[in-house]
Amino acid sequence: MINQEIKSYFPILNQEINGHPLIYLDSAATSQKPVQVIEALTNYYELDNSNVHRGVHTLGNRATEKYEGAREKVRKFINANSTEEIIFLRGTTTAINLIAQSYGRANVEEGDEIVITYMEHHSNIIPWQQLAKERGAILKYVELEEDGTISLEQVRAAVTERTKIVSMVYVSNVLGTMNPVKEVAQIAHENGAVMVVDGAQAAPHLKIDVQQLDCDFFAFSGHKMCGPTGIGVLYGKKELLNNMEPVEFGGEMIDFVGLYDSTWKELPWKFEGGTPIIAGAVGLGAAIDFLNEIGLDEIEKHEHQMAAYAMEKMSSIEGLEIYGPADPEQRAGIVTFNLNDVHPHDVATVLDMSGIAVRAGHHCAQPLMKWLEVTATARASFYLYNSESDVDRLVEGLRSAKEYFNDVF
Amino acid sequence: MSSNNLDQLYRRVIMDHYKTPRNKGTIENNSVNIEMNNPTCGDRIHLTLQVEDGIVKDAKFDGEGCSISMASASMMTQAVKGQEIDTALKLSGIFSDMMLGKEYDDSIDLGDIEALQGVSQFPARIKCATLAWKAMEKGVQNEEKS
Repeated sequence: MINQEIKSYFPILNQEINGHPLIYLDSAATSQKPVQVIEALTNYYELDNSNVHRGVHTLGNRATEKYEGAREKVRKFINANSTEEIIFLRGTTTAINLIAQSYGRANVEEGDEIVITYMEHHSNIIPWQQLAKERGAILKYVELEEDGTISLEQVRAAVTERTKIVSMVYVSNVLGTMNPVKEVAQIAHENGAVMVVDGAQAAPHLKIDVQQLDCDFFAFSGHKMCGPTGIGVLYGKKELLNNMEPVEFGGEMIDFVGLYDSTWKELPWKFEGGTPIIAGAVGLGAAIDFLNEIGLDEIEKHEHQMAAYAMEKMSSIEGLEIYGPADPEQRAGIVTFNLNDVHPHDVATVLDMSGIAVRAGHHCAQPLMKWLEVTATARASFYLYNSESDVDRLVEGLRSAKEYFNDVF
Repeated sequence: MSSNNLDQLYRRVIMDHYKTPRNKGTIENNSVNIEMNNPTCGDRIHLTLQVEDGIVKDAKFDGEGCSISMASASMMTQAVKGQEIDTALKLSGIFSDMMLGKEYDDSIDLGDIEALQGVSQFPARIKCATLAWKAMEKGVQNEEKS
């Protein structure tokens, strides 16, 4: 159940900023952490810390069990077939780079196509730009509809038999749009391409089932879903991962090392060179337990409600423009907007003086900003600890900002 | 809202420069032509200067950004116009000290620029105020090298 009690699990939210109770509306950048996750990290370091997969001692075993236990939690969380398909990495960016550098270099040739969309985060653009430049491949963008959604017709128009990779964001970090990645995966497969899903904004907010989506790769970050920074996950279908070369070489990932040649461990460890992000994985496991206890369906419902309430209240402010789909059911708890004649940085500073944290800028999505014909926007993003009264405070803050800039000057 | 604090940041003279920018535009016959942006927030400035015999004869800017960045650009062009390059660079150093909250040389009359002093209390906004000055510094240095 989502109720006011949830907020009390997040110690950071219980503070004043500039003399006002903190209202945190920047969860799409990073979420706050519940006490359950903070305690899991502390417990790990106080009781179990050791390196994993080596040594015979008790702590070594405990740390390994916790680390591999977290992998099983992730597997269940996204309904992967096997823990061999779950690779712990630093985050979504690292995961997409791994796909580009390993799968991409081995499978994309001159004249081949990589298809992405105008609403991608930079982390799902630049790895493909680099790959396309290196291989002489063509990077294609799927056009967006007027309301900031993606139509399957446009996807069909872009994906051809020369397409090797289709990569798309599940939930847009700017527009909040939820994309039909399952249907897009089908189009990719019909054309012999693999489907990569950037799940950074999806995993925190909706139930993920990678088998049902039938995507080939799925990447997400722990820190946006109540987990620590520095831990993320790459899911890949086993048969693909088995045929891929690692991109980082060193300790942990090797099977046998000779003077001039070496062999790699089995999946998933061959992709986890160096001492892994043990505490991060343990913290992510605790975050998954926390989210499961509340229920992803509940969280998704709450986000739609928050988006609907925010859009309704915010559109009553004259001169405020909201970007993205008008139907709250089509979007996650992200509302990106501009207040006319007031630059988003100025909006964010005024709100900050009232204790309200929102993001202002291009949100690491410059091609999308160009498509929207703006240079920057302000963004309020909601999570399970936000409530309607937070939206009311935001609306009040926006009205004051408008007054301050329009009337005082 | 703590409008007293906000008033430290948004002085009337700043909003005046934002709403009625001085020296807005492009100098066609320029000797310095530089574009700079702030990659974290998307602010962008295009600065053109006409430098002759070591003196900034004319300065114009164009761009997109928040009130602080655009007002600062407007004030900067006003301040350096007619100055020797050395003085312009010296002003830039003074401005940088002011933003960092350091003691700064007050022997030169800073005029409107002084109004930006409050920005130093808002760490997240300092880079907005310094963008135009950085562009000027880099542009002038490139010109000296060529």
